[in-house]
Amino acid sequence: MAEINLSGTKYRFGNTYRKDAWWAYPLFVFLALSLFVVYVTWAAWQGKNYWYGPYLSPLYSPELFGPSPHRWIGPQPTWWPSMIRFSPALFVLWAPGLFRLTCYYYRGAYYKAFWADPPSCTVSEPRKKYWGENSFPLIIQNIHRYFLYVALFFILFLSYDVWKALWFTDTSGNKSFGIGIGTLVLAVNVVLLSGYTFGCHSLRHLVGGFIDRLSGSPVRRRAYICVSCLNRRHMLWAWMSLFWVMFSDVYIRLCAIGVWSDWRIL
Amino acid sequence: MAIATFQILRGDASNTRVESYSIEVSEGMVVLDAVHAIQATQANDLAVRWNCKAGKCGSCSAEINGMPKLMCMTRLSDLPLDKPVLLQPMKAFPLIKDLVTDVSWNFAVKKKIKKFKPRKPDNPDGTWRMAQEDIDRVQEFRKCIECFLCQDVCHVLREHQLHDQFIGPRYLVYTAALEMHPLDVEDRLEDLKKEDGIGYCNITKCCTKVCPEDITITDNAIIPLKERVVDRFYDPLKKLFRIFRFKK
Ligand code: SF4
Ligand code: SF4
Ligand code: FES
Ligand code: FES
Repeated sequence: MAEINLSGTKYRFGNTYRKDAWWAYPLFVFLALSLFVVYVTWAAWQGKNYWYGPYLSPLYSPELFGPSPHRWIGPQPTWWPSMIRFSPALFVLWAPGLFRLTCYYYRGAYYKAFWADPPSCTVSEPRKKYWGENSFPLIIQNIHRYFLYVALFFILFLSYDVWKALWFTDTSGNKSFGIGIGTLVLAVNVVLLSGYTFGCHSLRHLVGGFIDRLSGSPVRRRAYICVSCLNRRHMLWAWMSLFWVMFSDVYIRLCAIGVWSDWRIL
Repeated sequence: MAIATFQILRGDASNTRVESYSIEVSEGMVVLDAVHAIQATQANDLAVRWNCKAGKCGSCSAEINGMPKLMCMTRLSDLPLDKPVLLQPMKAFPLIKDLVTDVSWNFAVKKKIKKFKPRKPDNPDGTWRMAQEDIDRVQEFRKCIECFLCQDVCHVLREHQLHDQFIGPRYLVYTAALEMHPLDVEDRLEDLKKEDGIGYCNITKCCTKVCPEDITITDNAIIPLKERVVDRFYDPLKKLFRIFRFKK
């Protein structure tokens, strides 16, 4: 292979000849993801105020063990180590967390914003060594598809939560159909998360991307077209769903604390 | 007529300097027009490679204000002309002179990639049938004009100079065009993982951003290839399944 002599190139962290605000996008990603991680960690360890009437915060769903009426199995398990503060969110949050952490879009975004690899296109990096996703540890990102399988179940759980959010219990214990702002908040959350999950690159591969000829299989072809269509805006879905999940928790939390009151539409 | 200043990197690999040229510019001019005007009036020995002036030959690649672009497709009206416009050759390849670089590494890489190998002909007359919907996907990749702007911007080549371990986005697009072709039966997955170094791509999408043909390099070529490599090498269930099927 020809010798590559890159004379005249300066490799100093942040060095670039770009004259635009190249730092704006990575800065936005850095701040937005940091805010999300800090808030979600805080909210997950609270262990309270995560439900309000028929609404359950998506950060706590499905509630396997816990104190709320939304729980599936039972209260806090006796085997839970006493030195670790109990929160129902700890049973579930790892799955959507790892799904996003290994998502192709977020990977590219946080490699830039958090690891400056590169800080932005044509901007020099702080480190000389580079392995990319070619060796440990980042080679692990290749198991993204397994988190996708888990995330697909979460869409089912969260859809069930929307169904439950349509049934309100009055003071005498009777259940009646209704729609509150919280119902809409949870419904929008499922729509946005579905847009994100069903546009996943691994799903695109799974439903048809792995073969070269789709013309003989109309169902598979349709599925591939649908996933590709969502995939084209994967970044947008990723951000919208991220913010909405956080907002859904904020909404339910503030209702539960009594700061906001939930309006009934129906 | 307005006056604009261009700072152009001059010289060869052993000695470079930046020189300033001020010229009159008019409406509708592109950067290549300005370079030609400078060449005609102030620097007859200024080296610049170009051919079509229509964004189709991929010759006039350079770095304009630090971003890899085609000079013939960059309008002066899209640049802030109140400040000097900086013109440099591509950084990921050896400099020959001024704005011209030696891109021959790319052609050597292309030769290493396994050629198109069609399945047996469908018909006795030696022809094949293909559905348009099957060829749609690779048609996007065929738009490539080999300008190598994506190779230039890719930090794996530009910054880390892993030219002997990573074939770069252009050749991942090329491999995708072959690998996803409905007639092709060659297997390039092992090469992709090993020699081609697809794992070095960290999907930061700079290649997609600079491609003048708007090829969705990362999302439509690289990631689908990465997924195929995962199928073969990193998916434990798929591996088990293959062993099981093999035993039967
Ligand atoms: S997405 Fe991959 S190939 Fe494209 S510029 Fe980034 S690292 Fe290089
Ligand atoms: S993929 Fe795009 S940027 Fe890369 S060589 Fe082809 S046309 Fe140029
Ligand atoms: S690629 Fe983003 S969720 Fe799978
Ligand atoms: S001169 Fe042909 S692409 Fe610019």
